[in-house]
Amino acid sequence: MKGIKKLILSIFASLFLISSNTYADNIKIATEGAYPPWNSKTSDGKLIGFEVDLANILCGYMKKHTCTIVEQDWDGMIPALKAKKYDAIMAGMSITDERKKVITFSQGYADEVASFAVMSGSNLEGIKTPVAINLSKGSNSATLNTLKKALAGKTVGVQTATIHQNFLESGKVGKVNVRTYKTQDEVNLDLAAGRIDAALAAAVAFTDYSKKSGKNVVLVGPTFAGGEFGNGVGVGIRQEDTGLVKDFNKAINKARRSGKLSELATIWFGFDASM
Amino acid sequence: MTSSFPKLLSATLVTLKLVSASLLFGIFLGTLFAILRTGKNKFLKAFSYYYSYIFRGTPMLVQLFIIYFGLAQIEYLRSSFLWVVLKEPYWCAIIAFALNTGAYTSEIFRSAFETIDKGIIEAGKSLGIPNSKIFYKIKLPIVLRQSLPAYGNEMILMLKGTSLASTVTLMDLTGVAKFIISTTYKPVEIFIVAGSIYLLITFVIHNIIKFLEKKYSFNN
Amino acid sequence: MELLKFGDSGWGDELFFATLMTLAVAITAMLIGFLFALIFTPLKISKNKTLNFISNFYTTVMRGVPELLVIYLFFFGGTAAVMYVAKIFGYDGYIEINAFVTGAFSIGIISGAYSTEVFRGAYLSIKRGQFEASKVLGLKTNVSFFKVIFPQMLRLAIPNITNVWQITLKDTALISVTGLVEIMRQSYIAAGSTRDPLLFYSVAAVLYLFLTFFSMKILNKLEVYYRRGY
Repeated sequence: MKGIKKLILSIFASLFLISSNTYADNIKIATEGAYPPWNSKTSDGKLIGFEVDLANILCGYMKKHTCTIVEQDWDGMIPALKAKKYDAIMAGMSITDERKKVITFSQGYADEVASFAVMSGSNLEGIKTPVAINLSKGSNSATLNTLKKALAGKTVGVQTATIHQNFLESGKVGKVNVRTYKTQDEVNLDLAAGRIDAALAAAVAFTDYSKKSGKNVVLVGPTFAGGEFGNGVGVGIRQEDTGLVKDFNKAINKARRSGKLSELATIWFGFDASM
Repeated sequence: MTSSFPKLLSATLVTLKLVSASLLFGIFLGTLFAILRTGKNKFLKAFSYYYSYIFRGTPMLVQLFIIYFGLAQIEYLRSSFLWVVLKEPYWCAIIAFALNTGAYTSEIFRSAFETIDKGIIEAGKSLGIPNSKIFYKIKLPIVLRQSLPAYGNEMILMLKGTSLASTVTLMDLTGVAKFIISTTYKPVEIFIVAGSIYLLITFVIHNIIKFLEKKYSFNN
Repeated sequence: MELLKFGDSGWGDELFFATLMTLAVAITAMLIGFLFALIFTPLKISKNKTLNFISNFYTTVMRGVPELLVIYLFFFGGTAAVMYVAKIFGYDGYIEINAFVTGAFSIGIISGAYSTEVFRGAYLSIKRGQFEASKVLGLKTNVSFFKVIFPQMLRLAIPNITNVWQITLKDTALISVTGLVEIMRQSYIAAGSTRDPLLFYSVAAVLYLFLTFFSMKILNKLEVYYRRGY
């Protein structure tokens, strides 16, 4: 019965074309709901994840704002922010120079390291590289060359409009066949099915999938940070909303000092990924 | 905007490849199922009826997703030789499109088979022409000519249908258009460019069919 | 089968409401389509070249451009267009056009193009004698249209309108890309979360078959009703 009521209400709501946010003190925060453990959705449509919990805590600290968390497909995330559909993005979005040209970020709240993943048994499993590289620091040409050789002619899946796609298309690991997907879920499915030889995403996205699906997905090569991969994940905000950036920065500081931030990160990631 | 033009043009090539491959396989399937449907075998008749009913009664997007995401789930299939084909998004799309257009084509051909004047067949028989020859030399040409206008429409529907390929990682015209829209946020301009390319292809198909209709008109 | 149960653990209830949503969008789109047909059919029949051109442009574009592209246009462009107009009136916030309206409108405008063609065809196949007979009987133009021509148009149009309904119903699956939770989107969500796409897309196919089967039954009854006396 509750469902029918909801449906009737939603149909009625749709008759009123316009639902605008006229209240400046009510901010809307967008997340994707398809990038566990950062953010995802339960079977009854509820948004959950590290960023959903964090958003609620940050909003609790920002006394002058009330918050609503809304869902937005990844590929329209930045355009819709600019169109004022919502005021902030918390969706595992890394802080990169490329993105800073169009939007601004709060300070980072969590580290996101990227990694390639393959199905166990793949011949890519044996590649020998350092455990981690930072593209902004030192020379990584030896590691990149190893990857170039290993990935030559391979098909690699990534989610569309991500740092991972940018990195593959930058040519730093040579000419790989890049296949782009709408969601990380689809990347994982095709990796498990064997349609793609490897995938590139946040390392935790793969470990989370491997754990939940029981599929033998393994990380290979180094973890990446810096350069195209940016420096940590932050709240994406419109460039002109400098006040909101300050509010978020203060709230993140508070969450860090109180230990809440690392506590949440440990719950969702299994290790302290906070920063 | 001008920088996205070459991208759209190369994506047009992908679209054209998808349409022509799907139509090619589809016309083969359509003919086969039309023959089964008008034939005498009850089982085959029912089979082709349900094939056409199911593929015409469900959205092509569902069909594509079942073939692309659904079949990939079956462990057994993945270790069989079929996987060589199903592994590729390109072939998954073509299989889904061909099965779909095959269903519509079989209906078009079936109704053409049923409207063949019995007298013509009897005339052929009384002249002692063997059955196989009656089929290839008399029935099939009449059916093809009769089906031209309806088949032309189906070709155009198929052209539009290939836009679904973008949902399974293929960067066809619609896929690239959508990508550019979501990065530049200029929906109207991109719609006009991509839409015009589709209309241009439609226009070409339309005129080819018109030309064929004239050429094979019953009146000359 | 556990997965298709109603209640918190299964997807049965979600799929049920998604089916209702599909029906709601399809019916709304069909009605919006009729509105468009109401405007464009007279333009098509009219003897004025400019009006013909406008109407032909509409039907050609909407029938020649992929549905997905039309949906993307309204999905990404609709909000911007409304906000642009609002800005002229001094409002500078975000205006959300919800997914139901965007979806029903974009499918409706396509459906309208097909309906226009159907009604035009129906009008043209009414025998000239009917028009002449009503003139001879001295019927006023509007009486002759509503009492003589229109009922016949309906009878001639219904079989083809049935086809338009089928196209419209199936087109609603494409709205899933905008996030409206209809059958296709719900199956997509369920498939993603349970990692069982085969089951959920097959269920989606069955639900669509079910919808087409029963709506065809109803429409065929309607056809018989309008054919009475023939």
